[in-house]
Amino acid sequence: MKQLSDRIVAKLQAEMQVPDLAGTRYSVVRHLARGGMGSVWLADDTVLNRRVALKVLDLVTPADDLGALLLREARILAGLEHPGIVPVHDAGTLVDGRAFYCMKYVEGQTLVQHIAGKNLSEKLRLLERIAEPLDFAHARGFIHRDLKPENIMIGAFGEVLVMDWGLAKVAAAGRKPTEDGISMVVTDTQDSSRLTGQGSVLGTPGYMSPEQARGGNEVDHRTDIFSLGALLAFMLTGISSGEAPTSTRAVPRPLRAICEKAMATDPNDRYQSAQEMAADTVRYLSSEPVLAYPEGWFERVGRIYARHRTAIVLVGAYLLMRVFFILFARR
Amino acid sequence: MNKVVLGLVLGAILGAVDGMSAWFTPAVRTQIVGIVIGSTFKGIIAGILIGVFARKVQSLALGIVFGLGVGLLLAFIVAQMQHGFYFQIMLPGGMVGLIVGYATQRYGHGPQPQRP
Repeated sequence: MKQLSDRIVAKLQAEMQVPDLAGTRYSVVRHLARGGMGSVWLADDTVLNRRVALKVLDLVTPADDLGALLLREARILAGLEHPGIVPVHDAGTLVDGRAFYCMKYVEGQTLVQHIAGKNLSEKLRLLERIAEPLDFAHARGFIHRDLKPENIMIGAFGEVLVMDWGLAKVAAAGRKPTEDGISMVVTDTQDSSRLTGQGSVLGTPGYMSPEQARGGNEVDHRTDIFSLGALLAFMLTGISSGEAPTSTRAVPRPLRAICEKAMATDPNDRYQSAQEMAADTVRYLSSEPVLAYPEGWFERVGRIYARHRTAIVLVGAYLLMRVFFILFARR
Repeated sequence: MNKVVLGLVLGAILGAVDGMSAWFTPAVRTQIVGIVIGSTFKGIIAGILIGVFARKVQSLALGIVFGLGVGLLLAFIVAQMQHGFYFQIMLPGGMVGLIVGYATQRYGHGPQPQRP
């Protein structure tokens, strides 16, 4: 029997992966990206005549767990209505048995592409906007657990979106679950633990907190704070924390301290919320004292000068002029 | 601090300092009290005008230009009354206006938004 070449096998495999969208309102346009358990496809919504993104499981598995996991991700996304989280439009099962969900197609750049050529201030503003949806999710009891540059998208209108909630975990309770009148969306902690493999290691090395890497049960929202710290370190140095260490001299000390605090081994030593961390970066941007960094007297003077430089220069020039006039008048 | 109050306070302080510096000019030392009062009053007028402008117009550049203009104009009027010392009066007066113009734009709080 004649053997098929690798190229043909690969082509056949690729063809097999194309989802059969018969019986749905969608038609495949092209492949967009691959995830841990499925692929994302660009598709046409033939009813509303718009482009959408479909996340489809790679294979039909005998065990229904992956399908349930995908549906669970869709439900989490549907429950997290926030401008920084991609909205889900639809979910279901294809004729070939594969689970899928349909979400808004985000035309834009990943964080890696977006930060190229951006200055420090723009990067820190970006972090502030990443922290917003994260804090929103934490408040509702969801932990992302896979925050990394590839999972941050910047849309065509500059909107910042936290993507891929496939590894998200539902915590026992939100930090402030119903203060704005929105009830918890999912509370099936036992089910979610089973589906997301609690006890096994899930996440991305370099962005994963030590407690998450241990695969223990003690992971809470502060694991995302660790990842946010690693994300900030990546934005500042261009290198993820898992890669070979590099010189961080170019990174200002207060920002280094913010990264270190966010990535502390003990979760109690970290910022206790994403908003708290973002607020510290905003403090740095406004030349205010950063909570994570106890500055010395000399640094404090430098910071105050940097903050009020123009006013100090103007008053200095005025006083100099006065001294000049006094000397001139004495002659 | 409110922009108008900030302008008033800053104008008064810088105006007073401006006036007190006349003590180093022997020719006018005898009139120092009048000069300090006049200069402080001038600073207050300039500060209020610049503060009101800063409340209406949120622009650093325009605030500085307006402050400089008001400072120079008031100093020119004073110099006219003194029949001289144009450089010694107008340069500090202009700088005071410029500093107040900058400070009111940069540091002063604008009016609170009205509730519907």
